[in-house]
Amino acid sequence: MDFKLKYYLQIADNALILSHRLGEVVSRGPYLEEDIANTNVALDLIGMAESIYEQAALLEDKGRTGDDLVYRRAEHQYFNANLVEQPNKDFAYILVRQFLMDAFHVYFLTELTKSKDEFLAAVAIKSLKEVTYHLRRSSEWMIRLGDGTAEASERTKIAIRNLWKFKFELFTESEADLIMKERGEGVDLKVVEKMWRQKVREIFFIAQLEIPEGEFIVGQGKSGNHTEYLGKILAEMQFLPTHYPDAVW
Amino acid sequence: MLTKELSEDQLLAEFDLKIASDIKIEPRDWMPEEYRNQLIRQISQHAHSEIIGMQPEGNWLNRAPSLRSKKILMAKIQDEAGHGLYLYSAAETLGISREQMIAALHAGKAKYASVFNYPSLNWADMGAIGWLVDGAAITNQVSLQRTSYGPYARAMVRICKEESFHQRQGYEIMWRMMQGTEDQKRMAQDALNRWWYPALMMFGPHDADSAHSSKSMKWKIKRESNDHLRAKFVNKSIPQAELLGLKVPDVKLIDEASGIYEHTAINWEEFWTVVNGNGPCNKQRIEHHIKAHEDGEWVRKTAIAADLKHHTN
Amino acid sequence: MNKEDNQGQLWEVFLQTKPGMAFKHVGSVHAFDKELAVQNARDLYTRRGEGTGLWVVSSEEIVAVTINEAEYFFEPIDKKIYRHPTFYNLPEGVKNM
Repeated sequence: MDFKLKYYLQIADNALILSHRLGEVVSRGPYLEEDIANTNVALDLIGMAESIYEQAALLEDKGRTGDDLVYRRAEHQYFNANLVEQPNKDFAYILVRQFLMDAFHVYFLTELTKSKDEFLAAVAIKSLKEVTYHLRRSSEWMIRLGDGTAEASERTKIAIRNLWKFKFELFTESEADLIMKERGEGVDLKVVEKMWRQKVREIFFIAQLEIPEGEFIVGQGKSGNHTEYLGKILAEMQFLPTHYPDAVW
Repeated sequence: MLTKELSEDQLLAEFDLKIASDIKIEPRDWMPEEYRNQLIRQISQHAHSEIIGMQPEGNWLNRAPSLRSKKILMAKIQDEAGHGLYLYSAAETLGISREQMIAALHAGKAKYASVFNYPSLNWADMGAIGWLVDGAAITNQVSLQRTSYGPYARAMVRICKEESFHQRQGYEIMWRMMQGTEDQKRMAQDALNRWWYPALMMFGPHDADSAHSSKSMKWKIKRESNDHLRAKFVNKSIPQAELLGLKVPDVKLIDEASGIYEHTAINWEEFWTVVNGNGPCNKQRIEHHIKAHEDGEWVRKTAIAADLKHHTN
Repeated sequence: MNKEDNQGQLWEVFLQTKPGMAFKHVGSVHAFDKELAVQNARDLYTRRGEGTGLWVVSSEEIVAVTINEAEYFFEPIDKKIYRHPTFYNLPEGVKNM
């Protein structure tokens, strides 16, 4: 597969699958204002994914649309990080996952604004504004979750413990990452990781949360290897186009 | 105190005069208790309808067949949350808290639009809900922009402005379905068949049988009668269905010359069955809401606790 | 401050729709603290890109004139028409005034 196309898909798949998870909690928020806020994040992510898929379809040049890339790709052809497909066990899981990804997106897109690929640079500039707000929001929640009631702190620590192992994958370079970086079109994930780590430390410190010890890489989403959850997400998401292949929606 | 002390009769006379002259009643104004209660009942019911109405659409959100339709549906459901919120706020100005309203909903004391107790069974339902259910709601809401209670009227103005895309979104889905495969056309007709009567029932019982109608009209909480609004809606919708190539179940042309239609008898027994809790989804809808509320309790608690910790002064 | 109400407190939202314009009351929002209040207000009242500036104020901090006071609060001022520019008769031909 073309490395550039793959690079596009890695970025878009992260946004798409995360937004799908957020879509699952619409009408299930802890209070109405939070439901609305969550939906705004999901909408921003869908918008970002959509524009990248459309461009990716052009790059691919097989007469497929952006939607075809979303609705007619199998599990192993998805390149999102395993982190974003993890389920919404409770509000703590949702927000920890969100915070880790928001911080990733902010520093990843900051670097991407310098890309020699004009399309990617433009997407990065637009989306950076959105994810900067997302990070502010999820950081504020991390503080309230970590430094509020004992129950919230306990739940948040469990979520961190169980999701942390999926973060290493975010900074592991795929071949596409490597080539795009060398061409000056992709980002240096080491730089992203450094900034990310600093932000996580800062917020965890205020929130009285601890960074788990140990380095163990779980998940190779960029190679199309996923947890069992992605298959079920796709089964639901792709139901109509799969069941009625000739229909135009 | 320099303020005027008026007797109950004088206050009532002043209130009636304001209603008669179309001057809006505002939160701090004197108002008859019955007017206040009637408003709380109606506005909270309206708010709950927006919130419960998120569920039948939420049912298809993660199966939306294109990114475009997914983001539109998501934005629409979010608007409903926002509209519920505007309405809760309007009701709160009458001295009831949002929490009390939610408790009344959970206890089955407060109602919401019965139409949301029907299931959404195929993708065309997203079209039918937007086109017919929102269409019926808009017909009603447009007239409510002139309601006598200021905060309610202002909420309706904002809601009507934001809702203008909802009905179009639904109609567009129906249109796309009717341009598509035989399966898609079947889904579209099926959705219309199932949502038509529930949409007509949204206008409430016939004027003669409506328990709260006459008082509401007198106080200008409601501005047009149930039957009048229903007829308006029927006559708007039939040409729209024809343009799509869909057949509306059981309507008759009563006036050939002016093209005025009338719907055939509504099954009011079904209406009351659903209102009284035995529709296909009543239990499911309330349980969904209760579960979200209960699951969220620890989150709300920690937000309160965190704020108290950081502002101990 | 009603901390018992598990829906948070009530905040009033003021939105500026263009730079330089006045902030206008647009409605209210629930939140548990100042930061969440400003976020919730942003997420609710600027969904269609209506804002360039945003204030939130705890509803309890609003001091209002009650309707019973309105008569002596506002009506006397209403009579001082000499505060309005149209009150004055100026000679024809005066410019830039």
